[in-house]
Amino acid sequence: MNPAAESSLERAPIALREFVTGRLPGPWHWLANSLITIVLILAIFGLLFAILTLAERKILGRVQNRPGPNRTGPFGLLQPIADGIKMLTKEDIVPRAADHVLHFLAPVTLLAFSILTFAVIPFGREIVPVRLDAGVLYFFAAGAATELAIFMAGWASHNKYSLLAAMRALAQLISYELPLLLAMVPVVMLAGTLSTVGIVEAQGAWKFGLVPHWNVFTPWGFAGFVIFMIAALAESNRSPFDLPEAESELIAGHLTEYSGFKYALFFMAEYFGMCALSGMAVTLFLGGWQPPLPFLGFIPSYVWFAAKLITLLLGFIWIRATFPRLRIDQLTRLAWKFLVPLALVNLGTATFWGLTTGWGAGGQVARWAVALALVILPFVAIGRSLSRGVAPRTYRYA
Amino acid sequence: MPLSPLQLCLLFSSALFCVGLVGALARSNAILVLLGIELMLNAANLNFIAFWRYGSASAPAGGVLFAVFSIAVAAAEAAVGLALIIAIYRHQRNVRLEEANRLKG
Amino acid sequence: MTAALILIALVTVGSAGVALALRNLIHSALLLVASWAGVAAFYLWAGAEFVAFAQVLVYVGAVSMIVLFAVLLTRRSRTELTLDSPSLVRAAAALLIGGALVGILFGAIIGTGIETPAGAAPHVTVRDLGTQLMTVHPAALLIVGAILTVALLGAVVIAATERKEGGDS
Repeated sequence: MNPAAESSLERAPIALREFVTGRLPGPWHWLANSLITIVLILAIFGLLFAILTLAERKILGRVQNRPGPNRTGPFGLLQPIADGIKMLTKEDIVPRAADHVLHFLAPVTLLAFSILTFAVIPFGREIVPVRLDAGVLYFFAAGAATELAIFMAGWASHNKYSLLAAMRALAQLISYELPLLLAMVPVVMLAGTLSTVGIVEAQGAWKFGLVPHWNVFTPWGFAGFVIFMIAALAESNRSPFDLPEAESELIAGHLTEYSGFKYALFFMAEYFGMCALSGMAVTLFLGGWQPPLPFLGFIPSYVWFAAKLITLLLGFIWIRATFPRLRIDQLTRLAWKFLVPLALVNLGTATFWGLTTGWGAGGQVARWAVALALVILPFVAIGRSLSRGVAPRTYRYA
Repeated sequence: MPLSPLQLCLLFSSALFCVGLVGALARSNAILVLLGIELMLNAANLNFIAFWRYGSASAPAGGVLFAVFSIAVAAAEAAVGLALIIAIYRHQRNVRLEEANRLKG
Repeated sequence: MTAALILIALVTVGSAGVALALRNLIHSALLLVASWAGVAAFYLWAGAEFVAFAQVLVYVGAVSMIVLFAVLLTRRSRTELTLDSPSLVRAAAALLIGGALVGILFGAIIGTGIETPAGAAPHVTVRDLGTQLMTVHPAALLIVGAILTVALLGAVVIAATERKEGGDS
């Protein structure tokens, strides 16, 4: 066992929690521990949410050659607080014809289920909120319920744009659920476990003491990671897949009739969903809390997890700043004709990879070559066949 | 006589089954009838898990496997059933089962 | 333990009953989702984690979506979502049959003294399940795969509209 695993810094959060709750008897101890974990998750990700909104607006501003928010506090650092106060003090308007119960339930359900997904993500070597044997399945089961909340929001608003957006959102979420799950399957298959902890531990060694055994550094893992991230973008309704709330077509989609605090809840749920999916991507493909190099093991594992998570989140923001929004037909075509077949082929590649672990030194080269071919050839073939007849665009006036 | 947990589980599942049955028989909307049937399937699944929980240990995962297969089949059934309902709707412009009594197109 | 079971049962059966009695189809569908989630809670209570998550994934995630789509696709106006109440004769007959069945089943269950072993729930890991599926029941697994594929294709063929040349579909 790595000595770093036993370092005091590594165990610090758990030890601190034990220090607080250690005196309590049996069931109360468990209850207090759980409550502290929940409150901590809410606090940390709530804070991250606040920082992310600011970072997003700042980065988007910089990308578009403008300063972004800079009036509240130094460098606009107090902007999230100002936003929060604004949201809280706004009037909460409910349309008269709306379905009042569902109109209220939708944001609550959405937020509740997106928070539930955090329960199985291993944030560090010792910091796993719930160790479930079927953790990955739990994650996707909890995530699946968010679709229902979006539908409820769209339907309860009694607004044709909201309803259209809800239908679009359902079509989009169902379509992208498939590549998301199919990209996850090879990881589970090769790790031989559905538990998130087990998956991270399976990625815990280094090749030549240099290249970590993370899934993303294998041909199938890289393809799976890219497919997973594209599907995650769509699942969290982020640009360029933010069609359900495309303001130029549908006003604000299923959010049209929401205002004040309920709108803030939706906003929060979107960011929580994004964080949870990024955390899952880190767990499945980027080695979770494993440090990238062996001698960096002295830095606590949760720091590594946070670093990877924030990198992915910044990637989300960068993508939002860069890509234009897709059309609805392009969106579904991308899912069904491109991502799903590629993910299925990727399953085959991963199977090949798993069956050939025993090959010798020369065999390893052949293994890499075959696996790379299995990734690249279908990508090129499917991409070509989909864009056949579409000439490359020439932008004459741009 | 206090009821044993297994009896409670069985009471639960039979109550759910009967609710589904009444729904399937009393409503005329095809979607609701289908949902009633889904409920009855779920009630059967409950029994698998209940007997697995309190049954003999000869087949350790038998009940769970049965339930998993049953869920898969129920999903297929729901997909086909709802597709049929949409086809009926296109044909007669409503989904009332009393009116879906012609074989001729 | 028993109190939790009774609570789960009441919520599940209650929401199912209300769902099938409501006149608003969307409310019915959403309440049925709650009922399915209650069934998943029962699986969790019984210690069958895997089945519980599969139930949520399939019913709350997928079946509910198809149901909602079907509801929205089979209506012409918003007002039509509220159905006309079912005919009284049918409802009475259905209630009679259901009540009789409840009576028979409850009588049989309570009348039979089923001995339950007091042991803990059998522990089945996901790995055990997978091994069982692949070694003991591979044929069943294949057949389920075939059924799902055929059902999917069949559903698409039944529900898809034939687009006429030049006309609106």
